[in-house]
Amino acid sequence: MRDIPGLPSRRGFLKASAATAAIAGIAVPAKAEQKPEPVALTEYKPDCLKPSEWVFVMAAVARLIPSDGDGPGAIETRVPVFIDKQLAGDYGKASDWYMVGPYQPAASPLRGWQTPLSPLEIYQQAIPLFDDWCKTTHGKIFAELDAETQDKALTSLQKDEMKIKPELREFFGILLANTKEGYFSDPMYGGNHGMAAWKYIGFPGARGSYKEWVGKHNVKYPLGPVSISGERG
Amino acid sequence: MARTEKKKDVVLVGFGWTGAIMGIELANEGLEVLALERGHDQATVPDFQYPNMIDELKYGIRYGMMEKPANTTVTIRRSLDEEALPYRSLGTFLLGTGVGGAGTHWNGLNWRPMQSEYRLKSYVTEKFGAGVMTEDMTIQDYPMTYEELEPHFDRFEKVAGISGTAGNINGKIVEGGNPFEAPRSDEYPMPAMPSTWDGVKFRDAAKAAGYHPFPSPGGIASKDYKNEYNMQMGPCNHCGFCERYGCYNYSKSSPQTAIIDALKRKKNFEYRVNSEVLRVEKSTDGKTVTGVTYFDHKTGEEVFQPADLVILTAFALNNVHLMLVSGIGQPYDPNTNEGVVGRNYAYQITGGYTLFFKDENFNPFIGTGANGFCIDDFGIDNIDFAKEGFVGGAYWRAGQTNGQPGHTMPLPAGTPSWGAGWKKGIGEWYGHAMNIGAHGSVMSYRGHYLDLDPTYKDRHGRPMLRMTYNWHPNEIRQTQFMKQKMEPVAKSMNPTTLQEGFKKEGAMFDVRPYQTTHNTGGTVTGDDPKTSVLNRYLQSWDCHNLFVMGANTFPQNTQYNPTGMVGGLAYWAAHHIRKDYLPNPRALV
Ligand SMILES: Cc1cc2nc3c(=O)[nH]c(=O)nc-3n(C[C@H](O)[C@H](O)[C@H](O)COP(=O)(O)OP(=O)(O)OC[C@H]3O[C@@H](n4cnc5c(N)ncnc54)[C@H](O)[C@@H]3O)c2cc1C
Ligand code: SF4
Repeated sequence: MRDIPGLPSRRGFLKASAATAAIAGIAVPAKAEQKPEPVALTEYKPDCLKPSEWVFVMAAVARLIPSDGDGPGAIETRVPVFIDKQLAGDYGKASDWYMVGPYQPAASPLRGWQTPLSPLEIYQQAIPLFDDWCKTTHGKIFAELDAETQDKALTSLQKDEMKIKPELREFFGILLANTKEGYFSDPMYGGNHGMAAWKYIGFPGARGSYKEWVGKHNVKYPLGPVSISGERG
Repeated sequence: MARTEKKKDVVLVGFGWTGAIMGIELANEGLEVLALERGHDQATVPDFQYPNMIDELKYGIRYGMMEKPANTTVTIRRSLDEEALPYRSLGTFLLGTGVGGAGTHWNGLNWRPMQSEYRLKSYVTEKFGAGVMTEDMTIQDYPMTYEELEPHFDRFEKVAGISGTAGNINGKIVEGGNPFEAPRSDEYPMPAMPSTWDGVKFRDAAKAAGYHPFPSPGGIASKDYKNEYNMQMGPCNHCGFCERYGCYNYSKSSPQTAIIDALKRKKNFEYRVNSEVLRVEKSTDGKTVTGVTYFDHKTGEEVFQPADLVILTAFALNNVHLMLVSGIGQPYDPNTNEGVVGRNYAYQITGGYTLFFKDENFNPFIGTGANGFCIDDFGIDNIDFAKEGFVGGAYWRAGQTNGQPGHTMPLPAGTPSWGAGWKKGIGEWYGHAMNIGAHGSVMSYRGHYLDLDPTYKDRHGRPMLRMTYNWHPNEIRQTQFMKQKMEPVAKSMNPTTLQEGFKKEGAMFDVRPYQTTHNTGGTVTGDDPKTSVLNRYLQSWDCHNLFVMGANTFPQNTQYNPTGMVGGLAYWAAHHIRKDYLPNPRALV
């Protein structure tokens, strides 16, 4: 099954609800821990991303962590919500960083963040440029391309084949980093919905107490994750 | 505009490990002591409480416990002719802030340097000839001996609460410990921590190869413990949220668990948070200091705090910056090789092997900051520098510290960084990988130093600290030697696949990935005011009522994590301030 371009979520939603049902059925007898299902991604009102940016992020993360195969994808785990919320907050604004000039954005990448732009500004400026590039090169904006071409376009972006200006050089890097952050962070930040990414790899989340297990060598830890707010999986 | 506060006997600049040690030792002497801390107040409860502390995004990835570069940072360049650029977002090192400093979110790996390291230059020249040193190498001896420092190492280990297995007690080699360690007068205060599977596998492989594995010594409580200040620790939970986090369980050694609550009870001790020291003030003749000027972030004003004794306890880079902006001591000039402040800056070189075992379970989320087993067979005392062509050494360790998937996800080389292949890779390999690391010394060189940046300013308008540092061929040879020795050990463990991560010839200093917060030198201790800023008591050669603590006192970096030495030196200095300086304040040398 192929997802609708720009809304690569049909299959994701099916998977997500099946997974949620399974957890509720097995691990949690009481209803208390069950959280109400959050608003569907298609209905979600972004905190900071504009509609065209949201469409791009939805489509891009669906390729960066796709839904097919084993394990949840970025869509079922609601990574776009995480990214929107992070970009709307201190991270997006680079509030913690030293952002005073003079800047040398073309310096060697080994020298770290040297663009005058914040992560949110990079998303805002790079998305339309990348969409234009996709249009010129592949005939459509990114979200409207088929999956295979999207993967090709993302590979070009990663290799900087479009020669994006140095101020925007970090775009692919932060897009990928933020996608993985959203996949693996505690669900309270909006992604990792249902702790599905933690369950997939076998990370027990916020359990943080293993005194009895240190000496059990080469034996797989048996318990599922808990989240900071007390969800159990 | 500046307000002046009531004079104190002692003012401490910074309230982390060294500030807490100096605070309690001098308060116990009956002095009126004030610690000024730029950051916020924090305590185990409520600030490190479960479950809020178990938050990878907030603390492990966004560095919630660290000083924000927006507030304080440095500029970095790799050579004298490169333009320094600000370290704008965190990566290679992480500076602490708030009460407890980096002592709250460190790993706890706790060491005493090896015996040759205290008199490195003499050792190298006597044993191998000066020719083994590169021409630009500026290593020098410590002005005190290991024997003089030993009681103070012992004291710090007992205060901090270190778990470990002694390998050499008063010259007697003890089975199971590190046979190469400098002789200690006593056992570690707590037995060693149990290790996870990765450490045990490494221990067995190292033993089979004829090496001498021992449990990692760490400030992680293996049992309930009470120190000389009646501060208590409880046994560690191996929670796997240790490095970069405050301990929710009173198990990790920190100023909070070891000292601060006892210190707060003393009427002659006071600390003020959100109080950032801008400079040390000198008397008109420049021979003493009169106190410090700090910025009070609550009232938004500058405050002059007079004091008889000023002690810098603000972490290595900050201590050097304060000396430079206060104009105390002659700044180092690499062109003439004259001057001392900023001289001999060094760092740490690390490398290692990652091993993947398809059918084994490591449960990587079970870990502590100082987990596992080490060997010191390739320590600095054990290497023939003439034969190998470098000066230095490294200890090796295997022991997982965390399995937080957002920043700790080792994957075999060739795994795609995104897409279906990446997702498959994390499913296949999470929990099936382990690492062996080499933690190597870095010598000091003429061209590696700290000074004031000509362009970039901090939020108070002070020039930023500028770091000039790159990997030197001597250290590249050292780390490549470690690779060559580690490869057969790693292969003997029969992993499904393995990969190395050692720096190669031509490697340039990369500020992006986290390496270590083991920044050393800049105000080194020595016998000669021409090549040191501090005498053997960590007293300023220029102003006798100014003492400077921290790893900035190291003439070159040791092969170990610095804090055992930093703590030992602080107790050494505190002892001499109490016994020799206070009765008759003067230049002690
Ligand atoms: C992630 C991490 C892991 C580490 N792991 C290890 C390890 O395993 N083993 C090891 O040996 N070491 C480790 N370290 C290093 C260790 O934390 C430091 O060596 C140790 O804390 C140094 O003590 P200090 O007193 O010099 O500085 P800190 O403990 O950092 O205290 C300095 C204090 O001074 C304050 N300050 C700075 N400037 C000013 C100013 N101008 N005015 C007022 N206050 C100021 C700071 O806010 C801070 O609270 C690690 C560090 C980090 C960041
Ligand atoms: S691993 Fe142990 S010492 Fe470290 S934070 Fe967790 S409980 Fe504390």
